[in-house]
Amino acid sequence: MSTTRFVASDGLPAFLSFLVKTGRRVLAPAEKPAVKSSVVFEPWSEGKAFTLQKATVPAKEAVLPQCETLLTYKKTREGDSVSLTLDDTPEAQPTAVFGCRPCDARGYAVLDRPYLRGPFVDPYYKARRENLVVFTVTCSSGCNTCFCHWLGGGPSSPEGSDVLLTEIEGGYVLQSVTDKGAEVLGTSSLADGADKFPLVEAARKAAWASLVPAPDIKGAQTALSALFSDLDFWQAQTDRCLSCGACTYFCPTCYCFNITDEGESFDEQGGRRLRSWDNCMSSLFTREASGHNPRMLKAQRMRNRVSHKYSFYPENWGAYSCSGCGRCVSNCPVCLDIRAIVLAAIARTADK
Amino acid sequence: MPVLEGKELRIVGFLCNWCSYGGADSAGVARAAQPTDLRIIRVPCSGRVDPLFIVKALLNGADGVLVSGCHPRDCHYSAGNYYARRRLEVLKQFLPVLGIDDRRFEYTWVSASEAQRWQHVITTFTGRVHALGPAPRFGDSRPLLKVADMALSALRPLGTGKAAALDELKKAIKARLPELECVIGWQQGYDGAHTVPLFAKTPEDVDKLVWGPFNVNNPAVYLPSFKGKKVGIMVKGCDGRSVVEQLQENLINREDVVIFAMPCEGTLDMARVSEKLGRYTSIDAVSCDEAAVTVTADGKEHRFCMADFAQGKCYGCTAPLAATADASVGGPVSVNPGPYTPPELALLDSLSLPERMQFWSGQMERCLRCYACRNACPMCVCRDFCVSDSRDPHWMNQKDDEREKLFFQTIHALHLAGRCTGCGECQRACPVGIPILALRQQISRAVGQLFDGYKAGFDPAATPPLLTYAPEEKNIHERDWK
Repeated sequence: MSTTRFVASDGLPAFLSFLVKTGRRVLAPAEKPAVKSSVVFEPWSEGKAFTLQKATVPAKEAVLPQCETLLTYKKTREGDSVSLTLDDTPEAQPTAVFGCRPCDARGYAVLDRPYLRGPFVDPYYKARRENLVVFTVTCSSGCNTCFCHWLGGGPSSPEGSDVLLTEIEGGYVLQSVTDKGAEVLGTSSLADGADKFPLVEAARKAAWASLVPAPDIKGAQTALSALFSDLDFWQAQTDRCLSCGACTYFCPTCYCFNITDEGESFDEQGGRRLRSWDNCMSSLFTREASGHNPRMLKAQRMRNRVSHKYSFYPENWGAYSCSGCGRCVSNCPVCLDIRAIVLAAIARTADK
Repeated sequence: MPVLEGKELRIVGFLCNWCSYGGADSAGVARAAQPTDLRIIRVPCSGRVDPLFIVKALLNGADGVLVSGCHPRDCHYSAGNYYARRRLEVLKQFLPVLGIDDRRFEYTWVSASEAQRWQHVITTFTGRVHALGPAPRFGDSRPLLKVADMALSALRPLGTGKAAALDELKKAIKARLPELECVIGWQQGYDGAHTVPLFAKTPEDVDKLVWGPFNVNNPAVYLPSFKGKKVGIMVKGCDGRSVVEQLQENLINREDVVIFAMPCEGTLDMARVSEKLGRYTSIDAVSCDEAAVTVTADGKEHRFCMADFAQGKCYGCTAPLAATADASVGGPVSVNPGPYTPPELALLDSLSLPERMQFWSGQMERCLRCYACRNACPMCVCRDFCVSDSRDPHWMNQKDDEREKLFFQTIHALHLAGRCTGCGECQRACPVGIPILALRQQISRAVGQLFDGYKAGFDPAATPPLLTYAPEEKNIHERDWK
């Protein structure tokens, strides 16, 4: 049984304060004014402005930061003896992500599989994920670049979230979808919102109704694996690609990383091993020490990105590793559209 | 070990092996008293000093940087210091835009026999740095977010290009198509309010070409990848300048490229357009009159007047029609050249040095290092072998702090010195809207001032100013520095 609460629009900051008081770092979307404004998740503190618009950058940072320290090392000398100290404790402050969208939250579900359910559990990811509570705002309408409903999601999909917030007149109804969410809501002083649930259902229905009907992409997995060696197809699809990393770094489901040792020195100052995002659009991603690169062409790199999301990952985990947030489409400098590539792949194999 | 613990500042000196290093040595041998703040790095020539060494030192905590080489006409390698003089002078004019006081950097000439001059130079420079005090640390500044004022007036009328003779241009393209690998232009993107680059290979593809204010991409970025093959390209004025700059640098061959030009009436700032359109599910219609574009999204009409919604660069454009072209349709546009400062640069000009540092710290915070800026740049030619990815030399750290990210922007900007045509693709491509074009614009302004109004991308026969030198520089008076 889910816990349901209601908060008036002007009561949101008080609720965020409550979350901060529970000892959590609260990541909420903040608008960064510029000629091209963007919305990014930032730690919220009392008095700080926040927004519930869809963020430009997904909330992936909460579990997989752009850069994190895996370990620090230091050599210390005492007389004739030299000792090496390593510190590899994961940094995992209890965190609440407040105001992400269902596509962001579904991203967590995608990341959980390789990081937590595979043969190796990533202790850093695990520590952060276990300490995370996700408050998702359901979408009230579709958007030109969004396509969550193509992939089994939707404007009010609960996957990956702990609490769903739905905007109704005058405020938001908070509905827990996990025990963790119920626990947080239960300890808050918010008013019960069960009586407002019909309004929530109406709002969700209206959001669904605003979506442009989704095409059938069931054939994507087989189509993409059939097109693996069809380089002409990939070249035609990617001729305008610039090979930058915007599509992957703005993706809530991309999880590749690079590990580097960055040390001022081995001695007194010590050094650190960093894990930072990496992306398969970069030539360096697969360049081998010999200089040989199995994915020399941007076509091969894009093939990997699209196939990973719609073919390789589904093969391994039985789900798409794309939540349809559309950020790769809206942030691409050349408007390269993954939806068009997937549909073209399906059409091409259907022709044959 | 510091002689004066706690009183010394960190000054880095790059000294030429053949003269200044010897000069400093002579000063030491002569027991000439000198301040002890300097840490010397011996280099084979002042021409070896990459301006990035200096920026890296200053961003990472140096309080001052001194470069000293052989006197002009006295270079061990004939011309190393001539090149250095141009680069270092441009750097000097660039540093303030980052919020770094340019008095913290100096370059000079000291020969091996000039022990006394060395003593004078180092004493004077150290005194100057001490007067400035310890350099403010980049990481210490509180972010300051300011937005450029986009209420601009254009040097020529902006419009939608509705009357452009696209059909005539298509005819010209079709006539040349059989001899070309493809013609790079624009076609409609995922909806009517977006266009994307098109590589037209067939006459049917040519029919898909579009012209108008949505043609924001610069197709020249693709040209070097076709080197050796014959291709056509459709250009706006700014794209044409990128092509010319590529010709200037032999990145492409003139005989391999066929340029199709039309006068551009301005392109839309898609960032501001998207902001006004807000969240929408589909575009119902896009229509144009002479002055404005009307976009109907989800049944709601939005009118975008070109005079209000053009890209910042369009307001200051003086050459809307590419002068270097094989086929031009439409006449030249009359422009009233006047003073014009691009909006982001004007904003930075209005800030104090500490505020500029705060500004960049606030901007770089949200950079994700996707490098869309780099890859969208038609003049970024290293492509898959960028120094930002290099581990040896280790130019950049993977740490995601603002300083590292700004340092990458500095690398990009300095590599573009005298080469940037101001197409603005770096900034347009940035998904989080960081006004990085301003850094390139500051360098272009400095290059213009130092080299008689030189502008990149106007003359295919011109040598970019930092790839050449003059034994006597007209506008550089480095010897006056004391």
